Amino acid sequence: MTRKIFKGFAILTSLLFTFSLAQAEPKKVGFIYVGPVGDFGWSYEHDQGRLAVEEAFGDQVETSYVESVPEGADAERVLTQMALAGNELIFTTSFGYMDPTINVAAKFPNVKFEHATGYKRADNVSTYSARFYEGRAVIGHIAGKMTKTNQIGYIASFPIPEVIRGINSAYLHAKKANPDVEFKIVWVFTWFDPAKEADAAQTLIEQGVDVIMQHTDSTAPMTIAEEKGIFAFGQASDMMEFGPTARLSSIIDNWAPYYVARAQALLDGTWESVDVWDGISTGMVEIGEFSDRIPEDVRAEAQAMADSISDGSYHPFTGPINRQDGSAWLGDGEVADDGTLLGMNFYIEGLSGSIPN
Amino acid sequence: MLVFERRREPSKFWTAITPVLAVLVTLIAGGILFAILGKNPVEAIKTIFWAPIFDPNLSAYARPQILVKAAPLVLIAIGLSIGFKANIWNIGAEGQYIMGAILGGGVALAFYPLEAWWIFPLMIVSGIVGGIAWAMIPALLKIKFKTNEILVSLMLVYVSEHFLASVSLGLLRNPDGVGFPGSRNLQHYVSASNGELFAGTGIHLGVIVAFVSIFALYGLIRFHRLGFQVRVTGQSVRISRFAGVNPNLMIIFCLAAGGGLAGLAGIFELSGPAGLLSIDFNVGYGFTAIIVAFLGRLNPFGIALAALLMSLTYIGGDLAQFMLNLPAAAIQALQGMLLFFLLSMDFLSQYRISIKHWARG
Repeated sequence: MTRKIFKGFAILTSLLFTFSLAQAEPKKVGFIYVGPVGDFGWSYEHDQGRLAVEEAFGDQVETSYVESVPEGADAERVLTQMALAGNELIFTTSFGYMDPTINVAAKFPNVKFEHATGYKRADNVSTYSARFYEGRAVIGHIAGKMTKTNQIGYIASFPIPEVIRGINSAYLHAKKANPDVEFKIVWVFTWFDPAKEADAAQTLIEQGVDVIMQHTDSTAPMTIAEEKGIFAFGQASDMMEFGPTARLSSIIDNWAPYYVARAQALLDGTWESVDVWDGISTGMVEIGEFSDRIPEDVRAEAQAMADSISDGSYHPFTGPINRQDGSAWLGDGEVADDGTLLGMNFYIEGLSGSIPN
Repeated sequence: MLVFERRREPSKFWTAITPVLAVLVTLIAGGILFAILGKNPVEAIKTIFWAPIFDPNLSAYARPQILVKAAPLVLIAIGLSIGFKANIWNIGAEGQYIMGAILGGGVALAFYPLEAWWIFPLMIVSGIVGGIAWAMIPALLKIKFKTNEILVSLMLVYVSEHFLASVSLGLLRNPDGVGFPGSRNLQHYVSASNGELFAGTGIHLGVIVAFVSIFALYGLIRFHRLGFQVRVTGQSVRISRFAGVNPNLMIIFCLAAGGGLAGLAGIFELSGPAGLLSIDFNVGYGFTAIIVAFLGRLNPFGIALAALLMSLTYIGGDLAQFMLNLPAAAIQALQGMLLFFLLSMDFLSQYRISIKHWARG
């Protein structure tokens, strides 16, 4: 008898539960990634943001993702399918998804899109990106202080403004920390290719480099740095476990606060198209923990720089700064405007070599 | 014990039945893989192979998309199959696809923003020329220096990828693109746009041409002298000489067929679904088409079926990712299994298996 009652109670509660679920149908939020979520770099950090959304909203939000989606026709198809499947907010997390995002957004005016690192917007398309150059300034300073050979290696992906800006910011601050510093830049023409990135790291080390910075997504350069006993910085994610002694610090893309805020706006019905370019101040760019191998005074300087960037009292591109050809770019005390930074296609004075194209 | 006897000729029955068997075994092995990953195998297989064609919400969009995704695979595989029949191994269709897109797209963009009816046909022809020209490098090197076309055509893929990166960042970079890489979007250039022919389907001219090429190849192989010459060359270059075939011309013809159709696929894809040339414009159709050609037994209708099947696994694979949280690698493993089982089952058409008892003495 008791068992029967119990059973009846169980059925009743499960019915009630289904009912309450039906009342608050979870909102679907989709993500597409250009790499595998296991890259421990770019796509990995976007997926960490997705998991933060899951964590923050529980049953109210249901997330899903498609990884390793090529930019172009495939992205457009995947986005269309996600919209058809009932996703109400879709994060498209690579520059090359720009035109597909705009095309699909035009077909689904009720679906909201968030495109990372692009410049095309619509009523239902926001763009967001992070001021990684702020982080590069901080690790550039550390690199300048830590190099013994005065040779710093830089593994660059593609000659686009984002990457050039990073090189300039890192060089500027390394040079300020150590006037004898020289940058050796290798362009690998890929965002994610562990073999190529490892080769680039080897080549740089053979040329006498003892600190490596990277603007590519794999952990291969960190692994090589660890093997060869030189220094490196985590890129996109912390990469601590790939170079426990080599890693000095890292620039972490922390998309979680933004993704949670945008999902919240969706739930509240307050979502609007925005253009966001955040840095250290909102936590979108995070400086990873400083290694004990950095002398205490350098750690303090780096922290002070991060703090002053965060509170707005210091801008990494503050004049006087000349272009590579010696012509003036920023006058004394002048601060770079966002427009120039977004389209940056020149090296600053002191960097050798030319930007390939 | 089991005894394997080599058949004098491959069994017709097994040749026809092994692709079907391979698909069935792949479904079972794939199901086991998905179960190990903690997914419901039946649901996963259903999402990949069933949902794109029959799901009420998704099929209206997904069905024509299967054709759109299959089109470049069909075009390239058709071209490659001609060479493969003649034992001429063009592995570099990916590069010819890229070069077709670069030359075709470059020609079209050279006239931007002029609007004229002749731009589109000129662009398409340039695409074909780009693919053929790139394929002529291994062809001429083979004729002149007896180099191995497998290596040369494959290595040229990497050269073409660098070329693609270079034009995306330099020569063909969109001047209005705020410094970002990538060309102008041809979808917005009316004279060069290979738009959809039926609203909402995504079906473009390339899809139609791909399916016409199936019948063209069938006609060529079956009824034309060239088709006979290709087959004879495939059996023995020496015999083909007696049949009046010029082996050098055959090398040129086969690589041009593969390169031209790959270039054509490239320019259709660029001016249609992809829209713009960028660093990651190529997504591996040239390599997948090799699988498709063999999956289809180098038969034009087989190739069409194989391309549709591969296309289905891509589109169903996307669905399985965001509906069931299957990792992309699991979908790729499934596609790999398909090829593996197909190749391993070739054994059945080549060998007769019988059970024999030990004979004494």
